[in-house]
Amino acid sequence: MIAELGHAMLWIAAGLALLQIVAGIFELRGRHIVAARPLAIAQGVLTMIAFLLLIWLFVRSDMSVDLIARNSHSDKPLIYRISGTWGNHEGSMLLWLTILGFAGAMVGLFEKRLDARTLTATLVAQASLALGFFTFLLLVSNPFKRLVPAPPQGLGLNPLLQDPGLAFHPPTLYLGYVGLSVAFSFAVGAMITRDVGPAFARAMRPWVLLSWIFLTIGIVAGSYWAYYELGWGGWWFWDPVENASLMPWIAATALLHSVSVTATRDALRTWTLMLAVVGFSMSMLGTFIVRSGLLTSVHSFAVDPERGLYILGLLAFYIGGALLLFGLRVGAVAESQRFNWMSREAALVLNNLLLSVILVIVLVGTMSPIVAEALGSQISVGPPYYNPWTAAFALPLVAVMVLGPLLRWRQDDGAKVRKWAPLLIGAIVITIVLCLIFAPGMGILPLLGLALAVGVGIVSLAPLVGRNLRRTPLPVWGMVFAHFGVAVALVGMATESAFIKERLAAVRVGETVEVANWRVRLTDVRPVVGPNWTAVEAVLDVQRGNSDVETMRPQARTFNQPQTETNEAALKTVWNGQLYAVLGQSAGRDEQGRERWQLRLWWKPLVWFIWAGGGLIALGGLLSLIGRIQPLRTFRGNKAAA
Amino acid sequence: MICADAIPNVKPKQQRLILAVVALIAVIGAGLLATLALRDQAAYFFTPAEAKAATITPGEEVRLGGVVERGSIERQTDGLTIAFRLTDGTAVVPVRYTGIVPDLFAEGSGAVADGRFRADGTFVADRILAKHDERYMAPQMDHIPLNAGDTVVEGDAA
Repeated sequence: MIAELGHAMLWIAAGLALLQIVAGIFELRGRHIVAARPLAIAQGVLTMIAFLLLIWLFVRSDMSVDLIARNSHSDKPLIYRISGTWGNHEGSMLLWLTILGFAGAMVGLFEKRLDARTLTATLVAQASLALGFFTFLLLVSNPFKRLVPAPPQGLGLNPLLQDPGLAFHPPTLYLGYVGLSVAFSFAVGAMITRDVGPAFARAMRPWVLLSWIFLTIGIVAGSYWAYYELGWGGWWFWDPVENASLMPWIAATALLHSVSVTATRDALRTWTLMLAVVGFSMSMLGTFIVRSGLLTSVHSFAVDPERGLYILGLLAFYIGGALLLFGLRVGAVAESQRFNWMSREAALVLNNLLLSVILVIVLVGTMSPIVAEALGSQISVGPPYYNPWTAAFALPLVAVMVLGPLLRWRQDDGAKVRKWAPLLIGAIVITIVLCLIFAPGMGILPLLGLALAVGVGIVSLAPLVGRNLRRTPLPVWGMVFAHFGVAVALVGMATESAFIKERLAAVRVGETVEVANWRVRLTDVRPVVGPNWTAVEAVLDVQRGNSDVETMRPQARTFNQPQTETNEAALKTVWNGQLYAVLGQSAGRDEQGRERWQLRLWWKPLVWFIWAGGGLIALGGLLSLIGRIQPLRTFRGNKAAA
Repeated sequence: MICADAIPNVKPKQQRLILAVVALIAVIGAGLLATLALRDQAAYFFTPAEAKAATITPGEEVRLGGVVERGSIERQTDGLTIAFRLTDGTAVVPVRYTGIVPDLFAEGSGAVADGRFRADGTFVADRILAKHDERYMAPQMDHIPLNAGDTVVEGDAA
């Protein structure tokens, strides 16, 4: 019964979305009905109930539901039965749609700043998005489909996905992805009513910030997951699924900066509209990439061309529609304020241009295997393409980050730049000289990266100089944290890539190997048993210099359901880096007949700076968001008191 | 003091046009650059039969996909290097790899190797990918017929 109830909820919610569109159109034509808001809220609530019902079915391991029989197993710990709900195609699409409905409901409930007509148009756009994805779910990916006869037991969840971090990774990323739908709908709404200005930008900004924060957290967490779970020692693989989350983030970062310009200075109006459309387009494209299975990926799931084509159709319809609207209305959007080429606006334009170029490079690299396949050849695109080309534009972008915050709005006479130049140039030159002395073989990209990171780190603090720190507004703190986070992450990336040490060895029990200044002794190899896996575990005594001996335990695990092997890397974190150990298979016996084991070790200096920096960036976003919402609340409080 | 004449002497419409043109040039330029770069930096995927038919320069980065032939995995005495043969049913390519093989790498099961051919026809891999879960298989492997008796490692379907 529960499955049927959930299924019915989805149909009703889809009906409400249709009704919301119709009612909204009547409202826009001047009929005095106020239906779009309550309908958006009702639709969001129903979708969420459907999603909760599906979780409930997974928790109970109801194997009469096809989806659960294919993707779950009653032996699994509770947390993985819950997270199994979105560890598959249908469930993750329902989660996607739940967040879309939730976002629409949030707009209906809380958006008070936007002009009433624009809000109605926004809700019509949001409902149109929802309707398309409802039909997708109901027609080709119904999560509540029954399986007759019900099997006694399910097939299980991919063990790689059985990880507490990963359990909550997709929801976080989806909140970011789908949160951008609000920006998209805002842009469409504003184009319909031709009402684009600072008030519109101020209303849109918190929504962009919110989804950008979730995207940032999702990407940082996903990168850390890939780092320790895949056991390959890298933190970014340019995998299509990773790129699918990176592209919306790049677009959202550009949008965040451009919407600030529109909100503060009433400039870059059409620019902001365009980026809002591009942002959610990238989210939908990401969904298409992950869900179509057209691309070879280390974490792609089902291969199903029908679903891929359906999403592609939706994608073409929404993006095409939005671009058409943009083309028709762009001339009618009133011009923005002008600015000098030497101003903060101009620096932000440059930021937007460089981000767009990086976005295009990642997009072309990600999509070209699909295009090549259609043309009859098969290619794979990896780090040799992405690393140099993204770095070639990311480094100038960071250079703009050094200068931009020192410039005034509208026009600048260069006074602040001149004031900071000696310190900046001094620090950058010292960094480069130190690197050349102590690490003469260092590559040019890490060297530039470190030097620019030092520059960004210094300038990121500039907005605080001469201010009363207690009275500094939260959005300023937000920018300081986010920009400083970029510097921290960049230091980590540059240092790790320049000074990483690797050691691959066949080791006997009792033998010691060295990597960087660590001594690693294999003291034991033994079997261990977990709830739904068995493993071979290596016990390593590790010691750096003369410090205390500590123990690391990398494992080679075999899961029962489905039977799969994974490498569980062991990490030892110290202030200036991480030691990373992976246990491979038995390496056979040496000449004396003693058994050896494959051991792979990496010393990764400052590697955790990458994720710490990412965390600071997200924290900066959060501070900004709180700062942007607070004045609204005080304002409303005053109004209530008056 | 900000003096008004320091603002460029263009109408708002002109400034918008300039920005639009610059943006268009940047985006199109990036697209062209990326397409050109991909010609050199994308690795082509071959099955063993395709690799035999094509002329691949030794040292060129390619990706080779096939099924690990049964009985072909040989561990070398260093304990770290393995030699095995990838097949697609018609042709066979000897492969060498030094390192830890991924989860699910097994004889009779699908694998993709990134690396390059040596002049003697041996493929030296620097990375090996295997089928990652019971539903995942590289799309490129779809058309590779598995030999009779070969099974792809399956989840233990109850």
